[in-house]
Order: sequence, then structure tokens, then C-alpha cells
Amino acid sequence: MEDLIRRYGTGLTAVFCLLVAFWILVLVILPNFSMLFESFFPYLPVAELGGPKDVFTLQNYEKILANPIETNWFGIPISIPVHISTFVDTVFFSALVTFMTLILAYPLAYFLAKVASPRSIPTLLLLLFIPMWVSEALRAFAWYIILTFNGPLNALLKGLGIIDQGIRWQNGVFTSYDAIVIVLTYCYVLFMLFPIYTAITSLDTNQIEAAEDLGSPWWRTHWRVVIPHAKPGIASGCVMVFMLSAGSLLVPTVVGSTKANWFPQTIYTWFNDALDWNTGAAYSMIFLLVCIIFVILAMRLFKVKLSDIAK
Amino acid sequence: MSAGIDLENVCCDFGTFRAVDNANVSIKPGEFFSFLGPSGCGKTTILRMVSGFIEPTQGAIKIGGKDMKGTRPNQRPTALIFQNLALFPLMPIWENISFGLEVRGVDKATRRKKAEDLLKLVDLPGAADKMVSQLSGGQKQRVAIARALAVEPQVMLLDEPLSALDLKLRQHMRAELRAIQKRTGVTFIYITHDQGEALAMSDRVGVMSQGRIQQIAAPRDIYDNPVNGFVASFVGENNIFEGEVGPVADGMAALNGAHGSFRARVLPEAQGKALKLYVRPEHTLLTKVKAAENSVEMEVTEVAFEGAFISVHGQAAGGKRLSAEVKNDGVTVVPAVGEKVFATFDAARALLLPDANVRG
Repeated sequence: MEDLIRRYGTGLTAVFCLLVAFWILVLVILPNFSMLFESFFPYLPVAELGGPKDVFTLQNYEKILANPIETNWFGIPISIPVHISTFVDTVFFSALVTFMTLILAYPLAYFLAKVASPRSIPTLLLLLFIPMWVSEALRAFAWYIILTFNGPLNALLKGLGIIDQGIRWQNGVFTSYDAIVIVLTYCYVLFMLFPIYTAITSLDTNQIEAAEDLGSPWWRTHWRVVIPHAKPGIASGCVMVFMLSAGSLLVPTVVGSTKANWFPQTIYTWFNDALDWNTGAAYSMIFLLVCIIFVILAMRLFKVKLSDIAK
Repeated sequence: MSAGIDLENVCCDFGTFRAVDNANVSIKPGEFFSFLGPSGCGKTTILRMVSGFIEPTQGAIKIGGKDMKGTRPNQRPTALIFQNLALFPLMPIWENISFGLEVRGVDKATRRKKAEDLLKLVDLPGAADKMVSQLSGGQKQRVAIARALAVEPQVMLLDEPLSALDLKLRQHMRAELRAIQKRTGVTFIYITHDQGEALAMSDRVGVMSQGRIQQIAAPRDIYDNPVNGFVASFVGENNIFEGEVGPVADGMAALNGAHGSFRARVLPEAQGKALKLYVRPEHTLLTKVKAAENSVEMEVTEVAFEGAFISVHGQAAGGKRLSAEVKNDGVTVVPAVGEKVFATFDAARALLLPDANVRG
């Protein structure tokens, strides 16, 4: 702070601080508090607002436990409230997307950071970035076309003689969430790539060579030297991709099958279709809380500190 | 166990640049061999070729008589100590040292024991559970040596490992390295640009310039009988005279130049080339009267006290700079600045040498 004042003077420093305070207070904390507050009050017609029914209640939160459905998870039939089912699916498949992006991004990040010649890096990064210039909506629709029954993917596979009949990708081959997982992976892989790339770039190449010189096969060098060094990058990539995937509304809406429900869609339905902002707010709060807990548990499991991610 | 290394007509090109040109060396098992040269002379490239990180463009590298072509660094019986040591900062010291054993599937208790034994060997007991960042430069150095020794290599490759240490520690580590080499009997290949280091530690030294090995000999021979001007200048100071070289008789020849006529030795391989006369300052005497031969008058311009000896710099006719070293033995008279003296040297101590062996 003193350093800031010395560099920019009291006036500018005050402006910086006020802007940051405005951002955090007015654009982050206040709306969330308002949501939290609203989530504890019932959805009422305007006439009854402030009336005897407008009292503190947990009924919005209880709604998530209503409407049990019969479903099965990996062949095991269970009875579960429909929104909890959506919720668990969303967290599970977001974790799957995170895992998929990690599997794709790590080798690519390593290649860019340590294998590719430095002269080709700007070109390669540009090639990776160009798709990001297209809006997410357009990219999701592009994938809708690619995956559609009479689309190019089936045509290609049929043309190559790999399949005889078209596959209904959007209904899902393995699960009904296939299309969502594929498209989310595509959309968010760069959010995984760049933190890992940055982390690996800072690794001294001599350490990789030292490990190899001591007899280490490539996989052990990665396991013992590269991955531990890249762990903060991997962690921040994972947190970003998980949160973005779990919070995605557009991709599941565009490419999701009729059987695939994503929790943000449920929240959206409460807000937009039911116009019940109070229940929507309650659902949002549950979702936010559980996702944060999930991330913290994952960080504990992999022994990553919050300060590592901030780097 | 240790193995010999043979480099046979080894060349290494980076694009159109030839980093190493036709290197031929035969390093004996258990030898302490140094490659000495200025930066960019190709010595590190040789080291990286022996360790397997670079494949030679031509020629063969044999370790223990076995051609290493196509053998990856993790399959070679070598251990490399990097210039920046490249210790693993996220592992404690003992895991650093036993990493090579972990790779070989040695169980944890044995690894731990071996790491502690090696720490004792490098005089660093009790550091097993520390992290790399907690050690000083010299301690890190020892850990790097222990880590390399842990895999029981037949050949140790050292890439200027002492360059980051301060002078005192460097001198101490020199002796230490030499002692470890004697104790383990492992072949050491040592890379350095510090001629003092190379001469003091090695059994033999290979002096390199511009990708070519200029001379391979024992330190004493490198210093006393350099094969060319580059080697003579790289390992020490010289007074250099130019002129016409007369016919060779009994390994001696005359050189007639602007500063008179001199006589000096000519090595057989130097005959027939353009030669200059090189004589070391410590072989240059300062006399009051002109000697019968090899004597040049100069005016003393600077007297520098170095401790064990005194460096006297002077100017001969035509601004030619000469220097001599006078022993600080209390007997030899040291001339004063401005005094006129004769720089005189023994013909047997002076050499007529060609320039460096470079590509034409």
C-alpha cells in the first residue's frame, strides 16, 4: 500500500482502492447476499409481500428433496429426488470433463513448454487461440451440427467404413451426457492448458535431463519431477474447468439430450420459467456451496494450497 | 567399476555450425580427464554426446568398448553433474540422492541407508531430511556428487560444477573432488574453462578451441610443451615475438624480427608452418647487461606485487609489451619503474609455435 502511494500518489491510490472495493462489494458481495437473503423467503404474489406469509422459511431448500424418481446409476436402480439426481450428475460429469481436459492438456502443455522449438511457439499458441475468438454459442452449435445424426462425424465414420449405421451421438453412446462432456471438454481445454503450460515452462530443463541421466524412464520423470512441479498449474486449471463446466448453461442447452439435465438448467428454470427467484436463489446457494466444498476436498486430497493456485 | 571412453572421429553439427570437429580421444578407465577451453569451444557438446543427450553427427562414442549409438541417456553407465546441479527442489535430500536407486526398484529402507552412507562420503552427514533450499552452495554441490555416485556410474561427467562457488570453496571442492575420484576409482570427465582447475585436478587435459581438440597431454606437458599458440596462451601468460624463422637444426631454430634474433625450440610437428616465438614470463629473467643471446632491452612501466612473485611489465622498442615474473625470494633485485633492463630467456625455455589448429 505504501509502495502504491509512493508510486502513484494518494489520489490515484484511492481511486484504485475504491474501484476494487466497488467491484467486490457492489458486484460480488451484495448480489450474493441479496440472493442468500431472498432464498430464505417464500415466493409470493406481489400483494402478499410483506404480509403475514412473508416470513423466514427453509421451504425453498426443502424443494430439492421433493419428487423422487426411479433411475439407475451404472446399472444400480435407485430412488432419488429428481433435482438431487441432476445435481449429482452435474458434479460427476463436470469432474469427468475436468479429467478429460487434464488428460488432453497435460501432454500438449509439456510439448509446448519443453519439446516444441521456441520459434514455433507463437504460431502454435495462435492456432490454439483462434477458436477462442468464436463465441461459445457458435462453437456449441457447430458441435451440434458435427454430432447430429446426418452430420459430418457420422458421414466421415461411414465413409471410412468404421461404422455401417449412423450413431445418435446426442442421445449418448455411453451415457446420455456424452455430447455435453465432449463439447465442454472442447470449450474449456485451454483453461486447463495455459496454467499447466505456464507451470511447466518455469521448470528447469536440466532437472528433466538429470532424472533421465539417473536412469529414469519418461513416465517416472513426469511422475516425480514434472507433475510435482506443475501441480499448482494443474490445480488451478482443474478448479477453473470444473467451475466453468458445472456452471455452464449454454452448452447443455444446445447439445444436451432430452435425458441429460444440467443443474444450471434447473436453476434457470426456477428463475425464468417458474419466475420463482426465491427457490432459484436457494438452488444457486446449494450449488455454490457444494461446488466449493468439492473443490476444497479435491485440493486436500491432492495436497494443494490455495496460495499455490493464486500464483 | 569404471570404464574407458573412446571418441572416434566424432563430429557434431548444429545446422551448418560444426560444434565439434573430428574429436579423437581415448580416456582410460579410472582417469581424471578434463576438457579445457573457452565458452563455445564445443566441450559441453562433447559431454552431452557422451551422456547421450546429443547424438554425434559422425563418428562413434564407445564406453567400456561398447558403441553407445542409439543408447538413451537413461541406459548409459554415466552420471552427469550439471552446471547448475539440477537438484530436485521438491524432494528432500535423501530422495534426491536415492532417485537413481528408486528408478532401479530398490526398496525404501535400502535407499535411505545408501543415501546416508553417501552423505557421509561427501562429508554432509545429517542432511538427509533437509530440503535443497536449506543448503548452501557447497553443500548442494556435495549432494549433486552424492546423487551421481548413488547410481554407481562407470563414468562421471562434470559440467563446470564449481563455477558457481566462491574462490575459497572452489579450491576446497577441487581437492574434495579429486579425493572422491581416487577413492571411488570412477572415470571422471571434467569440463572447465578455468585452466587452474584443469591443470590442478586432471591426469590428462584436452585443450579445445573452435570445436577442435588442440592438444591432449598431462597438465605439465600442456603447460611446458604446448603444441600451438592457442594452447600456450590459454593455459598461461606469454611474451610473443614475430619474425622470419630460419632453418631447423637439432630441434632448434632462429627467429629474426624487429626485436633482434632469437633462438628457440621447434617441436617436430610444428616444422614448416608459420611460427611465432612464445616464452613464459616466469622463464624471462631481467638482467642489467645484455646476454649473449635471446636478450631484449625494455623500460619497466609497472611493477605489480603478487605475493609469492612480483610481476614486472615493460615496453621494448616499438611499444612491444613484455612481462617477467621475479621471485619474491629476498635475493633477486626487483627493478624500479622507469629503469632500463634486459629481458632475457633461455633458448630451451622458448618455443616456436604455429597458431591454433582451426579450419582453413
